[in-house]
Amino acid sequence: MLKFTIRRLLVTFPQLVVLSVLVFIMGSLMPGDALSGLIDPTIPREAIEAKREALGLNNPWYIQYRDWVFAMFQGDFGNSIFHQRPVLDVIGDRLLNTIWLSLFSTVLIYLLGLPLGLVSGRYNDSLLDTTITGYTYLGFATPQFIFGLVLLWIFGYNLGWFPTGGSVGPGIEPGTLDYVLSKMNHLVLPSFAIALIGLVGTVQYLRSGIIETKQKDFIVLARAKGVNESAVYNRHIFRNSILPIAAFFGYEIVALLGGSIFIEMIYSYPGMGRLFLDSISTRDFSVANVLILFYGFMAIVGALLSDIILSIVDPRIRIK
Amino acid sequence: MTLLEIKDLKVHYPIKGGFFNTVKDYVKAVDGVSINIPEGTSYGLVGESGSGKTTTGKAVMGLNHITGGDILFDGRKLNTSGRKVDVRDDIQMIFQDPYSSLNARKRVIDIVAEPIRNYHKQSKNELMEAVLDLLDRVGLPRDALYKYPHEFSGGQRQRIGVARAIALNPKLIIADEPVSALDVSVQAQVLNFMQEIQRDMNLTMMFIAHDLGVVRHMCQHIGIMYQGRLVEEGTAEDIFSNPQHIYTKRLIAAIPDTNVDRIERNLEMRQTVKTEYDQNFSDYLDDGGRAFPLQSISETHRVALPVKG
Amino acid sequence: MSEKLLEVNDLTTSFKIKGEYYPAVDHVSFSIKPNEVLALVGESGSGKSATAFSLMGLHTKARIEGEVRFQERELTELSTGKMNKIRGGDMSMIFQDPMTALNPLMKVKLQIMETLKLHGTKSKNERESYAVELLDKVGIPRPERVAEAFPHELSGGMRQRVVIAIAIANRPKLLIADEPTTALDVTIQAQILDLIRDLQDDLGSGVLLITHDLGVVAEMADRVAVMYAGQIVEVAPVRELFKNPRHPYTRSLLNSLPSEDMLGSKLHVIEGVVPPLNKMDRDGCRFAPRIPWVPASEHEDNPELREIAGDHFVRCTCYRNFHLNNEETAAESLETGTGGRA
Repeated sequence: MLKFTIRRLLVTFPQLVVLSVLVFIMGSLMPGDALSGLIDPTIPREAIEAKREALGLNNPWYIQYRDWVFAMFQGDFGNSIFHQRPVLDVIGDRLLNTIWLSLFSTVLIYLLGLPLGLVSGRYNDSLLDTTITGYTYLGFATPQFIFGLVLLWIFGYNLGWFPTGGSVGPGIEPGTLDYVLSKMNHLVLPSFAIALIGLVGTVQYLRSGIIETKQKDFIVLARAKGVNESAVYNRHIFRNSILPIAAFFGYEIVALLGGSIFIEMIYSYPGMGRLFLDSISTRDFSVANVLILFYGFMAIVGALLSDIILSIVDPRIRIK
Repeated sequence: MTLLEIKDLKVHYPIKGGFFNTVKDYVKAVDGVSINIPEGTSYGLVGESGSGKTTTGKAVMGLNHITGGDILFDGRKLNTSGRKVDVRDDIQMIFQDPYSSLNARKRVIDIVAEPIRNYHKQSKNELMEAVLDLLDRVGLPRDALYKYPHEFSGGQRQRIGVARAIALNPKLIIADEPVSALDVSVQAQVLNFMQEIQRDMNLTMMFIAHDLGVVRHMCQHIGIMYQGRLVEEGTAEDIFSNPQHIYTKRLIAAIPDTNVDRIERNLEMRQTVKTEYDQNFSDYLDDGGRAFPLQSISETHRVALPVKG
Repeated sequence: MSEKLLEVNDLTTSFKIKGEYYPAVDHVSFSIKPNEVLALVGESGSGKSATAFSLMGLHTKARIEGEVRFQERELTELSTGKMNKIRGGDMSMIFQDPMTALNPLMKVKLQIMETLKLHGTKSKNERESYAVELLDKVGIPRPERVAEAFPHELSGGMRQRVVIAIAIANRPKLLIADEPTTALDVTIQAQILDLIRDLQDDLGSGVLLITHDLGVVAEMADRVAVMYAGQIVEVAPVRELFKNPRHPYTRSLLNSLPSEDMLGSKLHVIEGVVPPLNKMDRDGCRFAPRIPWVPASEHEDNPELREIAGDHFVRCTCYRNFHLNNEETAAESLETGTGGRA
């Protein structure tokens, strides 16, 4: 188990190197450099050259790459051209919002999706199952923003139960209980909008997993031991059916951390998705670059996470 | 005349392991097997799972990589991968599970005609004639032509498999557990008719099976394999009436007999052999856990007896 | 006559095909005494496994009629909850394919401990040590280590021993073994049969052995019931059945086996195939279409199992003048057979 994890981590390292090199090359291909936006055009050429030299911009690419990586390890991701603030600061607030949103959505996805999938698979071809699968087809077919808009319209405008935008009410002091409650209140609609669509995959995977597992010989053996029906499902079928979902868990989390552009736009929720879109439309490449690096990093971590989770639930993976 | 000659065949697979997934060792699936099959005879290759009998058959078919040794067919050397000698017409295989070895979406006519189409140019009518002739030979009705495999019983499917295998007039058939998935009564049908076909076409057959009873019924010569090596080889008579290797004795003693008069004796015999096996089996293997080389103890009978000293 | 452990009367198990129920097990009756091994023999489609599953209540989508009396209780009337107290306890089952019969995600010991817990072993420590003891009892070397293993780490023979350990964990009075050695190599088969025999001696339980292998039957059974197309066609003590088989199906089966006595001769072939459930003539002798040379007058309508000698029962009257088609008649009937088909 430990050996598997360590070996898996070792594989991750070269992936990270390749990713950083790619992002670095992309960064160098972008027009302009760190000085372009800062420089007064009236400054003499020689002075600019001197500045370039001092900043290491004339160094060979591999030295620049090394400096760039070292700087990142020290927490220096450069400055945002648009915001004129360190990139890390710009991303920092947004990331926190996105983490909250994805946490809420993930919990909702599994809280709603697992029971639905379980019921649907256990009583397959019943009316209940047909209804649930019917919903999942609807979910597959409907774009997320439609769901977001419908929820917003009903619970935000018409019923007025939840706020319609932002991540926190205006004028509330951070750190107070009110602040936390207001944050959570703002999360309800967007996270439901994400979860109601996001859970259809989970439901479908679990349903087909259960239908497949319940015909297996070891399930018949469990019944022959005198295990009662609910324990047959909870102890034997469920765990064997959840493998594909467990395998997907890491990716799912990462996808959510990337932020959902549509949902963030509809609820004017300040998260990573909108930041990415904004940074591109304002040509804030230093931010966009770091975000791409971040997404790539998360994808690698997601795969790592998935493999480790799978190795925990499935003993057969560990030896390979 | 010898049709198939296997000389010191070795098929090894690497085992990867350890922290960096390096090659740690080799599984010696087949490790120095030599077999001669005279033309027109049947050779039974018997062993339990993991003995290497199927790997040997596949090696002859050119279906897996050969680590060492030679396979000579009709005096010609068959190379390992990307064989240089084209003998696909001459060597054909019959598989264990007649259902999964037939393409479920093809009709019988297409299944049987496929090998002919692949190797010989023929007009549509000639092809049809050839297929009908084959169906006749394996005892399938003519209206089987346009049916799909699922419309047949297990025994009939195996007949389709055989029809396909003999479509190109092969000289050698490798039958890998051809009846082990079938019911007893169907098994009888297939065995009878394989014997007929063999006689009619003067086929040479390598019959791979775990069921000694079936092999005894079908084959003149039998080889017993254990962990990639032959431990005993001889005529059916040699093997059954005068088994010499402890493993052969154990295999034979393990077969349940339907003769109720012999049961007591069989069970006793099994116990005796088991005791002998538990005590002496290690004497039958060399220091590396391999069976010894075969030694002749009569003109037809060869046994991997311990080398003294 | 000693007390009966299991008595099955007119058991009928039907499956739905295109909206209608067709019996796969058709009015089957038999009984098993304590310490007795009854073999249920037949080829695929004979209904032998469906019978075993019916006894254990393991069919999820079948209609079951008739009586199954086990230890003075009528099993067909029990609720699932009460049935769960019996299966795995006093009545347990060994399955055919050890490669798929164990939960791949559960340690071996937990799979044994589960059945111990369900049938009354209260303390966890006790269950744990008993699980290891059981593994030892079924002949697994180093049982402490195997207890901690997952199924994929064990060979087929070892897995079957684990399946048997689960089956005997609660000292069953009736052990149902459904093709327990079909998936195993012959030397392993011999070991597993030995093991079942020893355990049965030890526990004094009755055994229902379901198999298609007549050799296994001859070695293991006290009495044999031969099934064909959902019905029992012959029942007899084992020696009697092999020495003096009477029903045409039994005789055909025995003659289709390659054996020492058959060397150099053609094996007997049973013509035709078992009809599918929904296309079966259920009124006459079900074996009649497979022995077309026997005149219709030899068969009876709605044939019944009749005792023809002490403890020897045969269905239908067609056994009386039955002769296996010898070589000439075989060739003849084969010709007429294919002629008829073309």
